[in-house]
Amino acid sequence: MRALPVGEQALLVEVSDGTEAQALHAELLRRRATGSLRVREIVPAARTVLLDGLDEPRRVGAELPGWEIPPLPRRAEAVLEIPVRYDGPDLADVAAHWGVPVHEVARIHSAAEFRVAFCGFAPGFGYLTGLPGRYEVPRRATPRTGVPEGSVALAGPYTGVYPRASPGGWQLIGSTDTVLWDHARVPAALLSPGVRVRFVADTPSMDTPSRDTPPTAAPSTDPTARSR
Amino acid sequence: MTDRAFAVVRAGALTTVQDLGRPGHAHLGVPRSGALDPPAARLVNRLVGNPPDAAALETTLDGCAVRPRRTVTVAVGGAPCPVTVDGRPAPWGAPVRVPAGALLNVGSAVSGVRCYVAFDGGVAVDPVLGSRSTDLLSGLGPPPLADGAVLPLGRPGAAHARVDTVPQPAPPRELVLRVALGPRADWFTAAALNTLTTRTYTVSSASNRIGLRTEGPPLERRFEGELPSEGMVLGAVQVPPDGRPVVFLADHPTTGGYPVVAVVRESDLASAAQARPGTPVRFVGAGRR
Repeated sequence: MRALPVGEQALLVEVSDGTEAQALHAELLRRRATGSLRVREIVPAARTVLLDGLDEPRRVGAELPGWEIPPLPRRAEAVLEIPVRYDGPDLADVAAHWGVPVHEVARIHSAAEFRVAFCGFAPGFGYLTGLPGRYEVPRRATPRTGVPEGSVALAGPYTGVYPRASPGGWQLIGSTDTVLWDHARVPAALLSPGVRVRFVADTPSMDTPSRDTPPTAAPSTDPTARSR
Repeated sequence: MTDRAFAVVRAGALTTVQDLGRPGHAHLGVPRSGALDPPAARLVNRLVGNPPDAAALETTLDGCAVRPRRTVTVAVGGAPCPVTVDGRPAPWGAPVRVPAGALLNVGSAVSGVRCYVAFDGGVAVDPVLGSRSTDLLSGLGPPPLADGAVLPLGRPGAAHARVDTVPQPAPPRELVLRVALGPRADWFTAAALNTLTTRTYTVSSASNRIGLRTEGPPLERRFEGELPSEGMVLGAVQVPPDGRPVVFLADHPTTGGYPVVAVVRESDLASAAQARPGTPVRFVGAGRR
């Protein structure tokens, strides 16, 4: 672990991997809650945690490498369930990367337990880890100019859900109606660092038409064609 | 319909509502946003008797024109510009009474980029996460002003302005930004670090509220490849693949994957926000306090 100075009042704490970053983040939150650490922002990322607006950056920077960081506890807190229709346009590509039949993608993805490692890209966009390492996928060679709100997507080791329509280069495997970000709600962001998540396959039943789609209509593979 | 409002007659190139932003939510991917020139925003609020964090208008180069529905006290500051009320010249950098229905015109900046327009009572659009600021990166807060829009004003407080007029710094002819190297200075060659702190860059016309982009000698990296996403601070000097430094301003992304070679002192960022395209920029090593 090393603490790199960032300007006058911030430190970038670098650790060796994402698991250590999540453990460090939990410890920093604990220390801030007890009042022993005074800092405005604690921003976890892939293998760093940024401390911005620190009261005593030099003291904290000198002491931090000597801290004992407990491993991330396996907590009994509730797991947030996000229903997903595994109907994304990149399902076949993802299946090919994984070397599995297309229908297996939903089963593998919904069997994993995820944790929000960090947020970024857009308000309420979480980078979720939890898939075994062999299921990493590259970003798409050409990003899409429009990814619909609620798209469930994969890139590298991460799963993410687009909180609103935006350009994006992740592989789209499904979609959800769960509202990830609503600034009129408390909390505004459903996914914040540390939250545990499970994706639940939401198979439209044959006898209850879902939303505005007639049950006889063929599922659209064009994500921009979905009405919201 | 309440008369505590104003109508937008001329929105200008880009006029947004800004207060002092929404710090404290970076871990959710929410930029801090807020006025790019905070001293100017605080000052115009003080001139009309508002608290320093009241919401004001931030214009870009060509000002804006508004018609208040009640008599208001306004103050225009930041970039120097002509101010008129129903066509008659009014003072800049001082409280101005605008009668109900009169047209307040904030003209094009004579120098600098961004004017701030405070109204007594403040602009009272709904706050988002505790701030009324327009965040152009993530779309939080009210949209930029549009011709014909009507924006609400708050109730003026009991406080009276304690100042009539105040000196404000002139926008710089040359922008000098004091930097502390790091956190990723080691991603660049020694020659690149020397280039950064000895050569002159210019402000690029592609600059915006997200970042001050520069043109000048590219900074050469020691390593290629991507840095895993990491947290970004206000004032970070990020170096994209073209090698030209970008100084992160208020609407900057909260995480990023290009290396940050240095960080500009926060107190120097207000002048960065007022530097026009073409202005020479020098990054000078400030060392560490």
